Amino acid sequence: MNSISDYRKLLLSKEISAQELTEDFLVKIKDAAPLNAYIEVCEESAITQAKASDERIAKGRARALEGMPLGVKDLFCTKNIRTTAASKILENFVPEYESTVTQKLLDEGAVFLGKLNMDEFAMGSSNKTSFWGKVINPWRNDDEVPLSPGGSSGGSAAAVAANLCVAALGTDTGGSVRQPASLTGTVGLKPSYGRCSRWGVIAFASSLDQAGILANSVEDAAELLNVIAGPDSKDATSSAVPVPDFTKPLIDNRKLRIGVAKEYQTDSDLLEKAKGWFADDGAEIVEVSLPHTKYALPVYYIIAPAEASSNLARYDGVRYGRRVESSSLTNMYSETRSAGFGDEVKRRILIGTYVLSSGYYDAYYLKAQKVRKIIIDEFAAVFEKVDVLLTPTTQNDAFVLDKEYEPLEMFMNDVFTVPASLAGLPAISVPAGLSDKGLPLGLQLVAPSFQEEVLLMAARRMEKAAGFSERPKNWWSAK
Amino acid sequence: MSEWEITIGLEVHAQINSQAKLFSSAPTKFGAEPNTQLALLDVAFPGMLPVVNKECVEQAVRAALGLGCEINLVSRFDRKNYFYPDLPQGYQISQFEYPIATNGSIEIDLEDGKSRTINLERLHIEQDAGKNIHIEGAGLGQNKSYVDLNRSGIGLMEIVSKPEMHSALEAQEYVRKLRAILRYLNACDGNMEQGSLRADVNVSVAKKGDELGTRCEIKNLNSIKYIGAAAQYEAARQIELIENGGKVEQETRLFDIASGRTRTMRSKEDAHDYRYFPDPDLPLLVLEQKRVDELKASLPELPDEKKERLQTDYGLSAYDASVLIVDAARADYFEAVAKKLAPARVNPKLAANWVLGELMGFLNKAEIAIEDNPISAKALAELILRISENVISGKIAKSVFEEMTQTGNSADEIIARSGLKQISDKGEIESICDSIIEQNLDKVAQLSQKPKMLGWFVGEVMKATQGKANPKLVNDILCTKLKQD
Repeated sequence: MNSISDYRKLLLSKEISAQELTEDFLVKIKDAAPLNAYIEVCEESAITQAKASDERIAKGRARALEGMPLGVKDLFCTKNIRTTAASKILENFVPEYESTVTQKLLDEGAVFLGKLNMDEFAMGSSNKTSFWGKVINPWRNDDEVPLSPGGSSGGSAAAVAANLCVAALGTDTGGSVRQPASLTGTVGLKPSYGRCSRWGVIAFASSLDQAGILANSVEDAAELLNVIAGPDSKDATSSAVPVPDFTKPLIDNRKLRIGVAKEYQTDSDLLEKAKGWFADDGAEIVEVSLPHTKYALPVYYIIAPAEASSNLARYDGVRYGRRVESSSLTNMYSETRSAGFGDEVKRRILIGTYVLSSGYYDAYYLKAQKVRKIIIDEFAAVFEKVDVLLTPTTQNDAFVLDKEYEPLEMFMNDVFTVPASLAGLPAISVPAGLSDKGLPLGLQLVAPSFQEEVLLMAARRMEKAAGFSERPKNWWSAK
Repeated sequence: MSEWEITIGLEVHAQINSQAKLFSSAPTKFGAEPNTQLALLDVAFPGMLPVVNKECVEQAVRAALGLGCEINLVSRFDRKNYFYPDLPQGYQISQFEYPIATNGSIEIDLEDGKSRTINLERLHIEQDAGKNIHIEGAGLGQNKSYVDLNRSGIGLMEIVSKPEMHSALEAQEYVRKLRAILRYLNACDGNMEQGSLRADVNVSVAKKGDELGTRCEIKNLNSIKYIGAAAQYEAARQIELIENGGKVEQETRLFDIASGRTRTMRSKEDAHDYRYFPDPDLPLLVLEQKRVDELKASLPELPDEKKERLQTDYGLSAYDASVLIVDAARADYFEAVAKKLAPARVNPKLAANWVLGELMGFLNKAEIAIEDNPISAKALAELILRISENVISGKIAKSVFEEMTQTGNSADEIIARSGLKQISDKGEIESICDSIIEQNLDKVAQLSQKPKMLGWFVGEVMKATQGKANPKLVNDILCTKLKQD
């Protein structure tokens, strides 16, 4: 499997042209239609971009990601490319503006192969809620039953795992990059809140949303983070913290202190294995406790829907998107939104409206924010004693797609990823091994705010020790 | 009516005078073609984010300082959620729990120079909404509604008074003074017709001595006249309702200009639950005390300060001063005239009378703003000086003034050209008096019984001189002559 750095060498040495590389991927994408990873494939514009990259390479003016074919989660507004958030209500929306993060990628010469499938409005952990249909995990176990790739960045994770792009942009609000990474054997990175601009990212939960990366290696994730990180004057929540070169490994001879919290338990033995890897590497394993971890999920499922209920109010059929014409204003609103939103989105808007409503605000929303502060402080206290935390990413491996799940069951998919989201901490899922069903499982590392360098350092060590190199068998090609 | 006490509280929305909108860089000029002054944020496109406009914040701080408010160095933006076509985001970014300023007060000027202090609750910043335009039978016999978002996102200051006004007149004076203060600060242009300043009027009634009654809110009044009319009507409506055994329901009402009545807009049951919560896209609004101090130090002289100073420096009455300060330009003009007259020691009251009388009369009739006043301070001062020097009488001066407004010529030019110079030559007046006396000996005889006939003689002399004789001199000379008889 070629890394970004490998492809860069091939492109710069002209062993392969950007156009050929892009065309290769486009063929693979067509071939992988059964996975339904892409909502929109940008054949023409991708080839145009690739050709332009070839010209720059020929003139010796190649930029950091010149000619690199990437996939973009359909939550990022891409100029002149349809952007739907996997929702019927935006099924015909074509932005006239480019999100800051995707613009940064374009400024470094990236080629956009297309827009990747996802859970509608980033709400979900299964990629079953998309208006454009489910995404199927390229990994299958022996009984060949379709499995979920996780969500909400299910399309991004599936595309990277099935080699339908070199790497992909996703977003992570409660685990939407890390959880699918774990279920697809890929690397999923969520930067610190404020590390990347949210301008042009369709908002789900403003205090939690972050651009994230799905990639084949920690190194590739670091390459992309270099490009997409940085303050944005158009995003008042973006941070002015300086952006180091994340590809330069930290020259740090210190003994890493790896924290393992007793509240993060699973049946899998991967966590024990990983403790061993770190210990062998000379790190110190420190047992810690994060007693308020059990409140993280309920806190998240109050705050995120609350913010979403307000952020999604703009989808009313008045100015853009689908409109259902009706006899009165109120009817137009309710018919448009009823027809345009899927069940999970409606469910979360209702929850969010409820917890903000008069008489309930104090008991739910305000209380949740207070508990959030406790969780933040708890992490800060633990990080006095450890450099990174090591946890499972998901409780289980990829689950069966065509089965009815209770909403709460689905919420539980986020139990290990949500705490870091609430605290705005950088976190990464690295493939660690296979489950008894032969399906991938990842392990998560969490670092203090804006310490992605330490996070990536620990992640590189874990990746090396795990030596995970499995790829899903190609069952989806026609031939 | 006298057993009833009316209580009024006002919420005034004043558009912030700034280059750009509160959270976007779109322009704020009034009157542009619909939907041409928009940033992506103002249309609430997916993925857009607000960034606070520092100029708007500082204007609001200046306004709050001018109103005597306490500035809260830390305040917060909250979302007020509801659905309406003129509100693209489906929420308004406002300040609910922690406004940028609290307390403060406005001194209102009543008749006969008295004043009252009305206390304020708070001042906060928020977004303005767009405009809905309803056209009946617009297309194919259907009613259509159009949305113009130019106004969407313009910064507003919401200034909330305590419920301390007790008459429609007080409410009007409050808005007048508030408007003047904001205009002096250039924080808001105060143009009510264009919607830069609007008021929601809260009215309740109670028997004197009783607790406050249930209030009704009348929304969106955009003229001082309507504020008074609406408050008056609403108070009367409530009193009549109670006197007939009814109960006032808390509700939001609209004022119908045509009928002069208020009507229900929505009742308490239909009241929105705005689900206020802190806007997660914006950090806390943090001000530096140092900067607040700088802004305070650089505030211009405010209306009430000017009112005091006009009284002490120029000996004007409280009433005259209060009328002059309504408009800073008007007060400045008066001072310019008074200063030019100072070397000649002309009584400033004369200047005040002329500015408030002839000049304002002319400007109002011709619908010219004081800023576009064609009579310069120098020109008016010259005219007033000639009166003081007895070159012309006050009465003649009025016609000179009229000609000044019509021709643009100076007072001296007009006086010279039309020979309007006052006759102050004693000898000349004496001979005219003598001739009038000679021609009317019969009237002279009646003087002993009718002393007031003197006025008739004065009038005849004035007529004979086409009003140019110095009336005082005429009076004195006639007195002397006629007493001799």
